[in-house]
Amino acid sequence: MDVLGNYKSVISARSTDRDILKKSQDGGIITTLFAYALEEGIIDGAIVAGQSDEPWRPQPVVATTKAELLAAAGTRYTISPNLYLIKEATRSYGLDRVGIVGTPCQMQATRKAQVYPIGMRDVDDKIALALGIFCMENLSYQALEAMVEDHCNQKMESVKKMDIGKGKFTVYTERGAVSQMPLKLIHKYVQPGCHVCLDYVANLADISSGSVGSPDGWSTVFVRSTKGNTVWDGAIAAGYFETKPIGEVKPGLDLVKKLATEKITKNQKNVDARKTIGLKADGTPKGLRNPYESP
Amino acid sequence: MPGNQPEQKPERPLENKPTVKPAASQPPTKPAVKPSDVIVNEKVEVVQKEEKPVADKISIGELHLSGCTGCLVTLADNYEGLFKLLDDYADLVYALTLVDVRHVPAMDVCLVEGSCCLDDKLSVEELKEARAKSKVLVAYGACAAYGNITRFCRGGQWNQPGQEAFVPISEVVDVDLYLPSCPPCPQAVRNVAVMAYLLLRGNDEQKNLATAYLTPLMQLAQRGDTACGCDLMYDVINQGLCMGCGTCAGTCPVRAVTMEYGRPNVNRDLCIKCGACYAQCPRSWFNFDVMNNYEGIMDAIKGAMQ
Ligand SMILES: Cc1cc2nc3c(=O)[nH]c(=O)nc-3n(C[C@H](O)[C@H](O)[C@H](O)COP(=O)(O)OP(=O)(O)OC[C@H]3O[C@@H](n4cnc5c(N)ncnc54)[C@H](O)[C@@H]3O)c2cc1C
Ligand code: SF4
Ligand code: SF4
Ligand code: SF4
Repeated sequence: MDVLGNYKSVISARSTDRDILKKSQDGGIITTLFAYALEEGIIDGAIVAGQSDEPWRPQPVVATTKAELLAAAGTRYTISPNLYLIKEATRSYGLDRVGIVGTPCQMQATRKAQVYPIGMRDVDDKIALALGIFCMENLSYQALEAMVEDHCNQKMESVKKMDIGKGKFTVYTERGAVSQMPLKLIHKYVQPGCHVCLDYVANLADISSGSVGSPDGWSTVFVRSTKGNTVWDGAIAAGYFETKPIGEVKPGLDLVKKLATEKITKNQKNVDARKTIGLKADGTPKGLRNPYESP
Repeated sequence: MPGNQPEQKPERPLENKPTVKPAASQPPTKPAVKPSDVIVNEKVEVVQKEEKPVADKISIGELHLSGCTGCLVTLADNYEGLFKLLDDYADLVYALTLVDVRHVPAMDVCLVEGSCCLDDKLSVEELKEARAKSKVLVAYGACAAYGNITRFCRGGQWNQPGQEAFVPISEVVDVDLYLPSCPPCPQAVRNVAVMAYLLLRGNDEQKNLATAYLTPLMQLAQRGDTACGCDLMYDVINQGLCMGCGTCAGTCPVRAVTMEYGRPNVNRDLCIKCGACYAQCPRSWFNFDVMNNYEGIMDAIKGAMQ
């Protein structure tokens, strides 16, 4: 498969909902799509990265209203184990049509739960909308804390927005301060599991989106599955988004492709290096477990 | 992998993968995987008499050993899906209460529920007979695959106080495929049944698909017969592979797993050793050849069930 995965169309887009744009990370694609899907009865609720009792530590929640979606909008650059709720959403929450947002690895997990539902009873046909967000890497909460508090010298609770772009990690505080650190410094904080990740743009989502490729405040959107296509067409027809052809925006699809290729090439090397990391008694290399080959 | 693996885990040769022989590479008369040490006991297949005989159905049976019948009920939990399976794809030739057949017959796919009680000679004999008479032997559910709750048995229980030795079936016979969890999922056994049908009766393309689909479940059967929430530590986190998706915690049937700061935390006293968390984890296996085609596969299964 191509580094950008299968898709039916790719476009640059932005929500037409001002309330959402105030809280969203980029073009508000995810929150707006879920709001549309809730409104239309395509989903009964969506698993999103909600608030926890610590600043900037997300916790998966099932949102069933637009207000709850808004409260969970925006990116937290640390793990939100959204799959934790996927079976629960169909049980304790009683949802028949579940929406879920997640990083590319979480989209992989969602599809594995459907195709190989080992312990995911009655889940497979209840996943009504799986939205992916692009992802280069992720961080433990403690790593994010170190970046914000040690490197950027800001308190977690005073930060209003965090963003990654143009080679920098940037924090914006409530009082208007802006602190930055170069992205290359965060490399040592990246969680190890990301070093073997072979997906940048959530190839297995129904629709996936990220900022890369589109101008500030806009998002690049890949419409991938048949289901995703129907939802996207419906949302466009209902006026939820303004769009521009991807060929007409800067920096455009080439940058997405470049970053995807870089990530996958680098991580494929890591996967391969694991195969020969050690040494057997007979002098041949000894390898680590490779999830892409066998359990 | 560090050289000192936990004792009970059989060494998994990494350079030399467990040879899961895809059926497509076998002679067409015997398409399924069959371990070489099994006595070949080919029987002329008895065509079941019924109102609407479909000649090319496969035959499936369920051998009930030391399990709670939850696995069998899970099969029935496909509701109308079970009828569809039985109408078009498979004859159920052996199953407790569901089929009036007393003796283990020859079958294409044998689902074995429950662990094997070594103190019960009949269990051992029937398991061996099922192995000899089936093309694909499936450890259906956690007790058959990993022992599950029967791992905690120390004898003295009502009403067979003398029975205390229970082992996963692979300690007695060779097993082709694992379907873990307690209970397994109706959708999982449905998918395996449809794939087994495609494997044994399909065209080349369908055989390839079914082989690719079933391969990780066959590899799971080679991986070993112990399971625990600890596998998430040993084989995912310790291996530098966990990315915190939360699947394991969402899967565990007894809620023994919680997510703490992006990593699973297993309450080992709650864990019943069912193996669901590890098998469901996208970093236990993730086969792109199958998963990249998830939409087609799900549509195909849905189509097959309509
Ligand atoms: C760790 C991480 C790395 C990323 N890396 C890139 C990148 O390299 N390039 C790029 O273009 N985009 C990247 N993104 C995506 C980007 O930051 C935005 O999330 C995306 O563009 C969606 O913005 P939006 O305005 O459409 O969504 P919004 O309307 O703001 O909604 C975002 C949704 O994502 C959910 N969410 C927030 N944080 C997480 C999380 N940690 N895990 C799961 N769900 C979460 C929220 O609950 C919300 O539902 C990354 C996101 C994350 C979480
Ligand atoms: S880099 Fe890959 S593994 Fe890491 S969080 Fe992103 S999608 Fe998941
Ligand atoms: S399912 Fe696997 S990758 Fe996901 S959180 Fe659990 S151990 Fe980590
Ligand atoms: S932690 Fe839960 S899912 Fe994992 S083996 Fe134990 S009981 Fe099964």
